[in-house]
Amino acid sequence: MTDAQTGAVLSLNNLKAGYGQTEILHDLSLHVNPNEIVAVIGPNGAGKSTAMKSVLGLLNIREGSVVLNGEEITDTPAQKVIEKGISYVPQTNNVFVNLSVQENLEMGAWTRPRGVEARIAEMYDLFPDLAEKRHQAAGSLSGGQRQMVAMAKALMVDAKILLLDEPTAGLSPKYRGEIFSTIQKIKHTGVPILIVEQNAKQALGVSDRGYVLVDGANRHTGTGEGLANDPEIARMFLGGGH
Amino acid sequence: MWDAYLFEFVNFYLIPGLVLGCIYALGAIGITLTFGILRFANFAHGEIMMSGAYITWTIMTLLGAAGIVLHPLVALPFACIFVVGLFLLCDRWFYKPFRKAETIKIVIASFGVMLIIRSAVQVIWGPNQIAFVRGISQPNAWLRDVTGDMGAMIIMPNKHLWIFAGTIVIVIALSYLLNKTRTGKAMRAVSDSPDLAHVTGINVETVIKATWIVGGICATAAGVFLVMDTQTLETTMGFRMLLPMFAAAILGGIGKPYGAVFGGLVIGLAEELSAYPWIGTAPLLSPGYKTGVAFAIMVVMLIVRPQGLFKGRAF
Amino acid sequence: MGEYIGFLLYFLSLLTVGGIYAIFALGLNVQWGFAGLFNAGIVGFVAVGAYTYALLTTAESTFHYGGLGLPLPVGMFAAMVASAVIAGLIGAICIRLRSDYLAIATIGIAEIIKLILKNETEVTNGPRGINKIPRAWEHFSEERFYTSWPMSWFNTPEGWEAFFDSLPNWYWQPLFAGTVLLVMYVIYRMLERARLSPWGRMMTAIRENEPASRAAGKDVTRRRIEAFIIGAAIMGLGGALFAQHLRLIEPTNTFDPSKVTFLVWVMLIAGGSGNNRGAIVGAFLIWTIWSASELLIAGAIDLVDAVFTTLDPAILATRAGFLRMMLIGILMQVILQRYPGGILPEVRPASPKAVKQDAGITGETK
Repeated sequence: MTDAQTGAVLSLNNLKAGYGQTEILHDLSLHVNPNEIVAVIGPNGAGKSTAMKSVLGLLNIREGSVVLNGEEITDTPAQKVIEKGISYVPQTNNVFVNLSVQENLEMGAWTRPRGVEARIAEMYDLFPDLAEKRHQAAGSLSGGQRQMVAMAKALMVDAKILLLDEPTAGLSPKYRGEIFSTIQKIKHTGVPILIVEQNAKQALGVSDRGYVLVDGANRHTGTGEGLANDPEIARMFLGGGH
Repeated sequence: MWDAYLFEFVNFYLIPGLVLGCIYALGAIGITLTFGILRFANFAHGEIMMSGAYITWTIMTLLGAAGIVLHPLVALPFACIFVVGLFLLCDRWFYKPFRKAETIKIVIASFGVMLIIRSAVQVIWGPNQIAFVRGISQPNAWLRDVTGDMGAMIIMPNKHLWIFAGTIVIVIALSYLLNKTRTGKAMRAVSDSPDLAHVTGINVETVIKATWIVGGICATAAGVFLVMDTQTLETTMGFRMLLPMFAAAILGGIGKPYGAVFGGLVIGLAEELSAYPWIGTAPLLSPGYKTGVAFAIMVVMLIVRPQGLFKGRAF
Repeated sequence: MGEYIGFLLYFLSLLTVGGIYAIFALGLNVQWGFAGLFNAGIVGFVAVGAYTYALLTTAESTFHYGGLGLPLPVGMFAAMVASAVIAGLIGAICIRLRSDYLAIATIGIAEIIKLILKNETEVTNGPRGINKIPRAWEHFSEERFYTSWPMSWFNTPEGWEAFFDSLPNWYWQPLFAGTVLLVMYVIYRMLERARLSPWGRMMTAIRENEPASRAAGKDVTRRRIEAFIIGAAIMGLGGALFAQHLRLIEPTNTFDPSKVTFLVWVMLIAGGSGNNRGAIVGAFLIWTIWSASELLIAGAIDLVDAVFTTLDPAILATRAGFLRMMLIGILMQVILQRYPGGILPEVRPASPKAVKQDAGITGETK
């Protein structure tokens, strides 16, 4: 127990996990404090998405623990995890394409069926673009707007923490900026965010802290700014070729 | 207003085609929902439909012996309870163990369920045809006279009017369920993406139960409407209906209930109209091959447009 | 003595029909066990084989096309070819479909084949079917065979007549059973060789990981069509033997999907899909259970009949047949859930190359 932070909303402690026989996370520890955006960056195949799935009980955890607000939730099934207040936005396939925007939000509130109308109104305040498209099928929206729907849908519950898996993958630069500013807006509503990103520079730019994941273990930790300016990390992921 | 040809076409081909289409449509709704939500082709669907008709007949016969004469549509809701129970039991015993296994396992299991249910019906009621309702059904006199005065006489027995009315009621109720209720929306969501539904916290097992209930009610109605139309109960009727119902579901797009309704009507019409003497005086297609029409449409669809007319899920 | 012969003949008929079912199961194993193709229309291919054989080998008849009176082996070979051709056509269209679509399509094809057999009365005699189908070995005692070459070359018709009169009337039964088992064994040996050949390994690779096989440049669709055709040809040959065994075939009851398609599936699943020996063991086991349960239930009906004299034993007997079907269905569900591998689970052909490759991959990641 090196990193079992007291006061952290979510902490992953010395996690070993993987699919079937293959172990992908070898030793991962990270935590998210209240009112914090935490970014996890790293090369492809480092286990970034796996880390998120392990929180949701979607794969086998061999060792280590996942703790939410002091309560151990290791290997809890996804539905229970969500009921406990962890909201998750998958990287792809994150909206119900045949349902309207409004219906997507209603589905997001499945585990919290009371006060749905009011909550939806709040979401339309937070994502004004969605308000006018409320009766359109989510599948007919652009990539960026879909991402907004996905985030709004995840926030429909009283999220204690929001997990975003590569929210800007495949989006145009214009939308990327918009998504990151929305993420900051969400933070101001009081929901801490754990974000996994390929777009390391921008992600670290909005994050309070960051973790660099290599080969299923965290290598570097620091403030978002600190990591973004770290020349070694810049060489590894950020700049690419000089 | 219309000549003998049009009279014949409407009354002896078009209306029977629509009646058959309604029956296929109701059966195909259950198939397409199961296919969309549970992701497998349920081969037992036709047999469950057939057992629903037998149950209805039994309720009517038992009460008939006690002196209470019931219309099949009155006995139908009671049969629904039984059929829904049967679906839920099948799911519990035969399908649920394979929820996380590869799809084909559950298809094989449904193949087995098909045989078990048919055999059970044959053991209980025997393999021979049973008359569901006796006698020749007279055309509705009011409709005949009114349309006759307008010069476009429609001869339609009451049973066909009931079938149309019943289908319309069920389709409206279904569309209310799917578009206005929480469970119905969740059914559409799971059909859209089971994985996302799972990580959204939707209780997929509840949705699956709802699917069996909706599918069971539609299947019972389809089975009862079929025997109301043909007036005979047969243990082979479920299997006979299976192919046209699959064809309707595929034509409309898997996971699309309205598509299934449309597909059912198209298949029903195509089967009946294939026997119309379009060219010359002989039927276009020998009536013996009527049941092949559904299959031909299905194969063409699978090759040309596997996602169906309404962009369903293409596997 | 007569009793023992009765037992012997019962045993021989178990072997005969069991062997025919084993041939069906081997054919299905090529399609499902090797290639992962879900064929729910076995009965269609069997019917094509049976009718081809019947039309080609029966004596000329006014009821149906031909019969052409061709030699039996020619009929059997043609049965294989006819089934294979139909499978080739279907395969070219349907093989790309996902497994449950293929299942629906094959069920449909079987139904269409039966529709054609029922409706084309000029050719097939429709629902009345074809009878007097020559059965191997027994056919020698038919006049049209012993009066013609080559039999007429050995003996006079009178001589042959006297010879067959001197034999017991079941003389052909052990010979026919032996023939069926021999055909089954030859198919088994050929399939075992195919399974261990590069072709067989490729089939396994395709079934296990299709995208990888495609990426490796394998023509997946072509291999699948091949497996579908080979399996169907075997079913067609089995169909020819089935027709010989029955001597009278008609479209509805003879080719009842539950008694052919379904039973064969149960046999393969019980024996172990992917394993040729499993297919054979499963076929004989399930056929024995099927036949023995008939005897058991018949006994039970006698008992019930003796106790409850008001019941009609004839009705009980027909119902009992369906009860058997139901029990077989339940048996299959139990096997599927509890023993998914079957009695003899599939054994992968060991490939020295694959082992080495695996070691290489794990070595790199560490």
